Amino acid sequence: MTTTDNPPQSDTEADTTEVPLSDAGNPIGFGRMLRKEDARFLRGQGNYVDDVRLPGMLTGVILRAPMAHARINSIDTSAAEAVDGVHAVLTGETLEGVGLSWMPTLSNDTQSVLVTDKVRFQGQEVAFVIADDEYIAQDAAQRIVVDYEPLPAVADAKQALADDAPLIRDDVEGRTDNKIYDWEAGNKDETDRAFADADVVVRQEMLYPRTHPAPMETCGSVAHMDPVTGKLVIWTTTQAPHAHRTLYALVAGLPEHKIQVISPDIGGGFGNKVGIYPGYVCSVVGSIVTGKPVKWMEDRAGNLMSTSFARDYHMTGEIASTADGTITGLRVDVLADHGAFNGVAQPTKYPAGFFHIFTGSYDYGAAHCNVRAVYTNKAPGGVAYACSFRITEAVYLVERMVDCLADELDMDPAELRMKNLLQPEQFPYTTPTGWEYDSGDYPRALQKALDMAGYEALRDEQADVRAAYDNGESTMLMGIGLSFFTEGVGAGPRKHMDILGLGMADGCELRIHPTGKAILRISVQSQGQGHETTFAQIVSQELGIPPEDIEVVHGDTDNTPFGLGTYGSRSTPVSGAAAAVVSHRIRDKARIIAATALECDPDDLEWEPGRWFVRGAPEQGQTIQETAFAAHGSLELPEGVEGHLDAQTVYNPPNLTYPFGAYICVTDVDTATGEVKVRRFIAVDDCGPRINPMIVEGQVHGGLADGIGMALMEVMAFDRDGNHLGGSFMDYLLPTSMECPSWELGETVTPSPHHPIGVKGVGESATVGSPPAVVNSVLDAIGVRHADMPLTPAAVWRAMQGSPLRTDLAIE
Amino acid sequence: MEVTITVNGTAVTRDVEPRMLLVHFVRDELGLTGTHWACDTTNCGACTLWVDDTPVKSCTMLAVMADGHTVRTVEDLDTGGQLNPLQEGFMQEHGLQCGFCTPGMLMTGQWLLDRDPDPDEATIREAISGNLCRCTGYENIVRAVRWAAEHGNGEAEATDDDASADVETSDEVTA
Ligand code: FES
Ligand code: FES
Repeated sequence: MTTTDNPPQSDTEADTTEVPLSDAGNPIGFGRMLRKEDARFLRGQGNYVDDVRLPGMLTGVILRAPMAHARINSIDTSAAEAVDGVHAVLTGETLEGVGLSWMPTLSNDTQSVLVTDKVRFQGQEVAFVIADDEYIAQDAAQRIVVDYEPLPAVADAKQALADDAPLIRDDVEGRTDNKIYDWEAGNKDETDRAFADADVVVRQEMLYPRTHPAPMETCGSVAHMDPVTGKLVIWTTTQAPHAHRTLYALVAGLPEHKIQVISPDIGGGFGNKVGIYPGYVCSVVGSIVTGKPVKWMEDRAGNLMSTSFARDYHMTGEIASTADGTITGLRVDVLADHGAFNGVAQPTKYPAGFFHIFTGSYDYGAAHCNVRAVYTNKAPGGVAYACSFRITEAVYLVERMVDCLADELDMDPAELRMKNLLQPEQFPYTTPTGWEYDSGDYPRALQKALDMAGYEALRDEQADVRAAYDNGESTMLMGIGLSFFTEGVGAGPRKHMDILGLGMADGCELRIHPTGKAILRISVQSQGQGHETTFAQIVSQELGIPPEDIEVVHGDTDNTPFGLGTYGSRSTPVSGAAAAVVSHRIRDKARIIAATALECDPDDLEWEPGRWFVRGAPEQGQTIQETAFAAHGSLELPEGVEGHLDAQTVYNPPNLTYPFGAYICVTDVDTATGEVKVRRFIAVDDCGPRINPMIVEGQVHGGLADGIGMALMEVMAFDRDGNHLGGSFMDYLLPTSMECPSWELGETVTPSPHHPIGVKGVGESATVGSPPAVVNSVLDAIGVRHADMPLTPAAVWRAMQGSPLRTDLAIE
Repeated sequence: MEVTITVNGTAVTRDVEPRMLLVHFVRDELGLTGTHWACDTTNCGACTLWVDDTPVKSCTMLAVMADGHTVRTVEDLDTGGQLNPLQEGFMQEHGLQCGFCTPGMLMTGQWLLDRDPDPDEATIREAISGNLCRCTGYENIVRAVRWAAEHGNGEAEATDDDASADVETSDEVTA
């Protein structure tokens, strides 16, 4: 890597037409622009939830269960209540009194807020102590005496449906087993036929282990119920402030107009901050009970052990092909571990999220999947960690299966992919499971990645390395792994997608002030994606107003329109479209006002960035700023045209957008230790036009690091009693600067045909696409068909010995 | 217990509990919320600040241990509102996204630059290896430090001929 200059990192094919610059040097429209939000973060002036300080504020801490499955016989809080500085201790019993001991989950299940009957996972919330400060609250929490009666736990999803498996959800009337649902997609008969006719069938079991998004900032909230006005203000770590407001109203029976949810600066989300957690509810109840603001910030153990995990999919894939490597079918059977409550955040209609996009980027007619979900004695959650509603699992499955097939056929994995990729002329393409991919040129992206990598030279080098190893001259092996992914993001069309009955459309409001400066109010919430910059750029692109003149307001339900928030890479595809639509409305209105001022017909005007002018007489025109002033002035407007220059919209996406990409990972594996070093990572992404290439590349970098983490380091394992073995950063390992290589990025640009500005969303692409590339690379190096993530030195070593490690359970 | 600590050039005296962590002292007693907290186990580095010119994970030090010492936090990096070269480098190279790890990264990065005004990529990666970032994949942080090295990291000149001093990771110095 050259760090000595400031290179454009992309091998770009984007339109390089000069973008005009504003007086402040920013692009008027799309282009590389430094972020507006940086100034405060760099000075330590960010305002995260833990930075919120209110007069008289108290602090709450949660007492968590030490075991995974246990009946609670009694809880004695008297010693805790006697501690000086303690204001209240909440238990399940207290909450039961106000009907809040259980709450609905985002999947229409229920989840205990504070335990009333029995503990169902280790780390579950048992009591909430409110005190003057955290030190006192922690002291008091230790004085709570809980009488637990341990029960046998279900730690292994594969045992959850055994006849003698302990029943986890005995709170649900009539329930006799641990099954949540059985769900299928695709055409089973056609798929069976394709397999019956196939020359080659390869079957492989694989686990996408339980991982955790682990944003640097943990979850927390400050709740303040004003006893006089009856208004509840909640500063909280949420990716979806509006959805939270509505849920608080529905759950707690509070009037929605008296609830204000403020999501200030958020220290990373990655799906971890979509749901409502017991701690949030406790801080609200705590504020009602004490009449004072109550803050709750979870510690890292609480974050890792109790909040939304990701994956935990046991998958058995089968791929069918002709003898020459034309793929003819794919089927998969999934056992999904959802933990003790079904708390998955995803559109209602799709219990397994978007997993049934598992046919991936290839052309074959027949596919079928069956997903069976079970309860276990583990934390609830399941859609988190930048997964695009389980497309991560789907992409991993198909990209591993393709490599397994390549291994079976003894065919180069790049060649096999190239042979089966969808072709550009097939778009829009409807997959065997019903997704309509909007646009793509897959072979071009893969070819680009191969060229950037110098694929053939790498294969030659690999052969040399292998020869030296075979001769006993070296312990090193080298791997080259590929993956090609297609994501579906921007959920979603209202008629297909809702969460708990709330449609996934997003509102947006734009006002142009008399002096031509603008304020844009959006429904989505940044957790680091840089919305204050990119959304200003969208408006700037469409209206020609310099981005520094556009203020973006987000994360405050009293001051922004309703919408479902930022996750599933939906901000740009949905809310970004809304921002473009309101800008177009302003432009249309400006045309009428400008025509009135110029005393001509609106049809005689033409638009150039920032200005309407008279066709054929370009000197006669009005800048958008002049029009804004006129709109607020005394100019007599035509019948039916209101003054001012404001617009609003609600954007209901007609379809998802489908970003895609081709990734190549080069690894060096020390066979003596099992240690893997990622030497190179080449990522070609196509997310349509890039609003701010710098930010897009940053999003990709972060996702690639996630991929290395999941493939090589991150796992939340359990022992047979359900004890969590990943409850700290000493056990749940995140990639550091040492594990990450210098990323090599490239791009192709295929606009979405149905999005107003063609953009597709990119936040999760790299997290989705990179894990299979890393795993494929390591397995390519050691010549083993499959081993499960994370490929720690121990797992690699064991795979080479022919006895792969089960990475999710410490039961050996 | 009464402690007097010189924080960002100003001596402050407070009566604190002996068990109060330094990170809570700067955040809660002094309201300097730029220093963050993100783990229970001294792994993340979000709480990194300087004690007597050495980066320290302030979640793993008691406030009373800093009695009589100097502390420097991220709030002290700019001068008269002007970003210093490293802060500017983070902005120029998009070295931050959510910003949560950033104060710790800046304090570690600045310490490195003060000792090694021209660090190469490997040196930078090792120096920041005790600071976790979940957003950036580290590349742009490395570039940000390089940017500062190339754009007059003013404090480098001020350092004596110590420029070749051993570069330890922040983990080691706080151990
Ligand atoms: S808070 Fe994580 S190292 Fe200090
Ligand atoms: S910028 Fe978010 S953790 Fe580093």
